[in-house]
Amino acid sequence: MAGAGMQDIKRRIKSVDSTKQITKAMELVSSAKLRRARQRAEENRPYFEKIEETIQGILPHTKEVQSPYLDQREIKKTGYIVITGDRGLCGGYNTNAIKKAVTHMNDREVSVIGIGQKGVNFFRKKGYDLDGEFVSISEKPMFSDAKSIGKLAMELYENEMIDEVNLVYTEFVSTINHKPRLIKLLPLQEKEVPEEFQERDEVMTYEPSPEEVLNYLIPKYVESMIYGALIEASASEQGARRVAMESATDNAEEMIGDLNLKYNRARQASITQEISEIVGGAEAQK
Amino acid sequence: MAKKFHVEIVTPNRVFFDDELEKLVIRTTTGDIAILHDHTPLITPVEIGRARLIFGDGKEREATISPGILTVDDSKAILLTDAAEWPEEIDLDRAERAKLRAKERLESQKKNQMDETRARVSLRKAVNRIEVAKRKK
Repeated sequence: MAGAGMQDIKRRIKSVDSTKQITKAMELVSSAKLRRARQRAEENRPYFEKIEETIQGILPHTKEVQSPYLDQREIKKTGYIVITGDRGLCGGYNTNAIKKAVTHMNDREVSVIGIGQKGVNFFRKKGYDLDGEFVSISEKPMFSDAKSIGKLAMELYENEMIDEVNLVYTEFVSTINHKPRLIKLLPLQEKEVPEEFQERDEVMTYEPSPEEVLNYLIPKYVESMIYGALIEASASEQGARRVAMESATDNAEEMIGDLNLKYNRARQASITQEISEIVGGAEAQK
Repeated sequence: MAKKFHVEIVTPNRVFFDDELEKLVIRTTTGDIAILHDHTPLITPVEIGRARLIFGDGKEREATISPGILTVDDSKAILLTDAAEWPEEIDLDRAERAKLRAKERLESQKKNQMDETRARVSLRKAVNRIEVAKRKK
């Protein structure tokens, strides 16, 4: 009977509507979090840039300095620091970061430091060699988190457990555009330096010595790279979630529209049927 | 009046200071140094301590500085540090508590090398904050 169909449709509308309320709420929450995460990313950027500038300025002058962080060893095992979120419902955010790492890994022998529940779960299930896991930090990363991650990576590197460290994170380009990115942290590599920059550096004094400065600067560099990546990733995660939830809300609205139409049709049909039954009945009485 | 030069103090959380100074006195790993206009290019690690920012005209401010690195170059000084605070930003109670905690940790029996270094560092940070905050009053 038409009445039963109407009941079903009504129930579905209700259920879609409550889902919509949830996605809408999540969208609002992640936009608020996104705003905060973006602000943090912007505040950190000057520090991040300056440290990179300083280290790139020093590197050309430390050719004679012996440091394990500058040695290009033969690569037997590659370390990856992979930054993902703790939670899902954020579109392709987690999958894209993981995919980026896995594609790069190829057939190499690898070891992973997983950040975020989603990444950790993936690498554990697939039987990767997990050297460290850091969960429930990706939403609000602290500098001390970056410190402990950096320390672990540098320890592994120093003990020659890994011969290379790569960092995989999601770069925050804009609210709707996030790009998974891979950068090589260790060993340090010189970038192309403009000539005038090199010349100016010739007179640079390193107090007490270039080694000392470099020994101080390298851990700082690694830490601040990781911190920057954590912050960018957390902004990207919120951005991705916001976009995903926005489209989920839109879809729910569309579905509710469709279902309403169906419901009204079914109602109309049942009314028409009832009338024709009554008319038919009255006709038969004559 | 002495010539001024540009100073930036940058921490991971914010740009702490970005202005012209006449003189900057800061504690490096090799001792206190003063930076004036047209200083020779220099890169050096910085210790936990206080920085004196001298604006000229008798104006002067102090700030606590955590470990970091100082780059002087082209009569511009950039200090990258883990943390920096003005005296009025220091939470004296918190610093006192941190001092007590670090002391306790140093005195307790069960500790390893790692904890000890960390406790020492936090003790020095706390003492430094307390000193700078008190000097202000």
